[in-house]
Amino acid sequence: MSKVGTASRHKSPWMIIVKRLSGNKMGMLGVLIIATLILIAIFAPLLEPYSFKAQDIGNMNQAPSGDHLLGTDEFGRDMLSRILRGARISFVVGVASVAISVVIGCIVGAIAGYYGGVVDLVLTSIADLTWSMPAILVALLLVAIIGPGLESVVLAIGLSYWSQYARLIRGQILSLKGSVFVEATRSLGASDFVILFKHLVPNSISPVIVAATIGVGNAIVLEATLGFLGMGAQPPTPSWGAMMSSGTAYLFISPWVIIFPGIAMMITVLGFNLFGDALVDIMDVKNRESNL
Amino acid sequence: MSLLKVSNLAVEFTADKKTVKPISDISFTMEPGEVLGVVGETGSGKSLTAHAIMGLTPLVGGKVSGSIEFDGVNLLTLSASEMQKVRGAQISFIPQNPMTSLDPVYRVGDQIVEGLRKHLKLNRWKAKTLALELMEQLRIPNPKRVFEQYPHQLSGGLKQRIVIAIGIGTNPKLLIADEPTTALDVTVQAQIMRLFKELTTEKGIGLMLITHDLGVIAQVCDKIAVLYAGNLVEYGDIREVFKKPKHPYTKALLDCIPYIGMEKGSLAAIEGNVPTATNFPIGCRFAPRCGLVMPKCTESFPDMVELAGGARVACYKYTEETVAG
Amino acid sequence: MENYLEVKNLSVSFTVRGGLLLRTIGVVKAINNISFNVKQGEILGVVGESGCGKSTLARLILRLIDANSGSVSVKGKDILKFSNKEMKHQRRDMQMVFQDPYSVMDPRYTIFRSLSEPFQIRKIKHTRAEREKKVNELLAMVGLSPEHGLAYPHELSGGQKQRADIARSLALSPEFLILDEPTAALDVSVQAQVINLLMKLREELDLTFLFISHDLALVSYFCDRVIVMYLGNIVEIISADKVGTHAYHPYTKALVDNIFTITPGEEKPEAVLEGEVPSPFDLPPGCVFASRCAYVKPLCHETAPVLEDNDDGGQMACHYPLSNAKLAN
Repeated sequence: MSKVGTASRHKSPWMIIVKRLSGNKMGMLGVLIIATLILIAIFAPLLEPYSFKAQDIGNMNQAPSGDHLLGTDEFGRDMLSRILRGARISFVVGVASVAISVVIGCIVGAIAGYYGGVVDLVLTSIADLTWSMPAILVALLLVAIIGPGLESVVLAIGLSYWSQYARLIRGQILSLKGSVFVEATRSLGASDFVILFKHLVPNSISPVIVAATIGVGNAIVLEATLGFLGMGAQPPTPSWGAMMSSGTAYLFISPWVIIFPGIAMMITVLGFNLFGDALVDIMDVKNRESNL
Repeated sequence: MSLLKVSNLAVEFTADKKTVKPISDISFTMEPGEVLGVVGETGSGKSLTAHAIMGLTPLVGGKVSGSIEFDGVNLLTLSASEMQKVRGAQISFIPQNPMTSLDPVYRVGDQIVEGLRKHLKLNRWKAKTLALELMEQLRIPNPKRVFEQYPHQLSGGLKQRIVIAIGIGTNPKLLIADEPTTALDVTVQAQIMRLFKELTTEKGIGLMLITHDLGVIAQVCDKIAVLYAGNLVEYGDIREVFKKPKHPYTKALLDCIPYIGMEKGSLAAIEGNVPTATNFPIGCRFAPRCGLVMPKCTESFPDMVELAGGARVACYKYTEETVAG
Repeated sequence: MENYLEVKNLSVSFTVRGGLLLRTIGVVKAINNISFNVKQGEILGVVGESGCGKSTLARLILRLIDANSGSVSVKGKDILKFSNKEMKHQRRDMQMVFQDPYSVMDPRYTIFRSLSEPFQIRKIKHTRAEREKKVNELLAMVGLSPEHGLAYPHELSGGQKQRADIARSLALSPEFLILDEPTAALDVSVQAQVINLLMKLREELDLTFLFISHDLALVSYFCDRVIVMYLGNIVEIISADKVGTHAYHPYTKALVDNIFTITPGEEKPEAVLEGEVPSPFDLPPGCVFASRCAYVKPLCHETAPVLEDNDDGGQMACHYPLSNAKLAN
């Protein structure tokens, strides 16, 4: 490389990832699904043909028709409107709970990996302990303490899943902390905080992002499970899980009440998983650019 | 008949709809028992040339063209299974890093024996006797003990000797060594180089020594091929080339090497950087860094010309002279 | 000339643990009681094969690792006794250039951002324009253009990256640079560029260098004096212009003889050193080089020689130094 090109040619590691992603068909499908979900979540009030909570006693358990594209539930509420509104809940719960996990996981994992020794032993043990408890149990416990509701669902999921991110970050930092650029930064007089959070964590984050993407899908399923058990969002908030739960009673009379939220959830989780899998492929191949 | 005759060798790779040709137009010959030094810097294509001769480039998606005649047979026409028989038996390869070229879970002795049994069809006992003989020849102290050891128990120099034993055990006609001493200490480098020299003279094995270190080449080689940015720029007798380098690049390269007793301030550098395969300049690839550049150097590529005394050089400075004379 | 840096009786050993219960397998004396000084404005070379402790020495001086005993004085003050705060201040004056330009920059930072980092760490407030001017000056100093500042490390060649690393080490206007094999990973043609650049910078900025390398020819060309190390010990300190002709220690002589020259077919004096650097675990008493020395005598296996002054103004640690032997004949 004898010359350095113009500014527009300089590709940051993130730009390289975006470029590679655009060439990955399944990944782009995932992006499309997620983008659609985000748009639906934002514009749900505008898209709803009916109010999501408007009851119509005369039209209970209606099959899909021209008036109600996806039918109505046992209170005569429009299923389409409720599913659109439910996207908001699912998305917010998924993203917020994973954000909590990632932040806790990154801090704990980074400190454990960087300092090692006793600090590492204690933090790793705590992480292992949380990991060994089934997430649903932790969630049930928290819901029992703070009471049912969206906040407790978010908190419960966030606190159950952080240890997997902590492990990922810890492993990355263990292998990176001996790098020359870390030593170089230290010899400039940089503090541990600068080395850890300005150099090591940003360089270790890719596998966490991959895991977090898939984690959002998992969190959405867990939220639905909690909703199904009646511990999540409280009526009339239309969580997909709660919708399916209340639909079970009418499974044979009006199966659409349980099928459509299920399909919505399946597509959403699929979107996150496709995106996550594509990221694994893209981020795994190190320095592919420089081999050319 | 020459042992090896490489003509117009080129390798190209296609990725993301872009085609790059890291090496092209490489032609040279090697006689039996000759030691040829292939020298070049990063991106010169020296390792790729070796891989092409070994028939290993298709594995990584490279397309090879030209011809590689080994013992009268064009290797590029052989099938993969035929090539497999040539590789290891008649042409052996000594890779750069002895630390990683041995399998860590097998005893080193068994690794030598495995190659002998496969290519020479020997029974276990005979192969072991031969392996111990080889180790003795390579001056491995206490060969019986080393035979039973695992790679991590050996020093870098010993590991490289084991790799060499695996390489020469099958009595190859040609040995290709890719930077065989780069990972070793200076004092150990000298031991290994001396060993190479002895082996090739005694057994009449042709040795192609690939390195960036001109000092190493000066010690053991008969002929030298200088590569720059994927092209052969100069080829000739080692003494001739070192005494009177023809190509401006060879000359500049020799001036870059410090020696003990060198006067301060006299170390010359070649300005600029070695180009990479994605942005080779048009015309002579050394032109942007050359002090003697002429207008036509940046227009078209100079042909290889043979000078009196057998030296060959690709530089317009000499095409002029031969035309005039 | 005044001493910039004085190292006295510096030692460090590493305990190697292994096995299930992390039992101590052995103790490696990485740096064994070494003393030397670096004069103001001098280029002092440290040369030795792998495992001789030369890189450990650099890290001890910069306190990137802690010494077991001894002192490192900069302009008369023992920096090993400095508090963390004092040391942070001291680091401005002492910088290091690393061996591997391929990994010395954070791959996620542009060169510009990496070069601005020293100022951020020091909390030196700049306006954007000032920062830009400062970084561009640094780039120009090492022969790079502002354009290179916009690039990411993977977009630059090895030589360009090494220039950028040198620029970063100069950001805080240090007095002293430790150069840890700065050209080992570079092509020879580029090595010469970097060496010439370092010579120019030393003149312009009045720097003092400690230059670490395995290449004796390069060290003797670039440096004023040379320290030869073997297994954590200094075996000889010699003026660079005397390396080729007046080596006192057999190891220095062997290194000289083992350098390949570019004169083809020139037969070397019979001095190929047999064997390899022994394992540094639990070394026997006596001279560390005794197991490979061609001139070894019984005394060498019994007592370790100490570093003594010789007639040429250097120092050597050998019971039977070569130049004396020659005089005796």
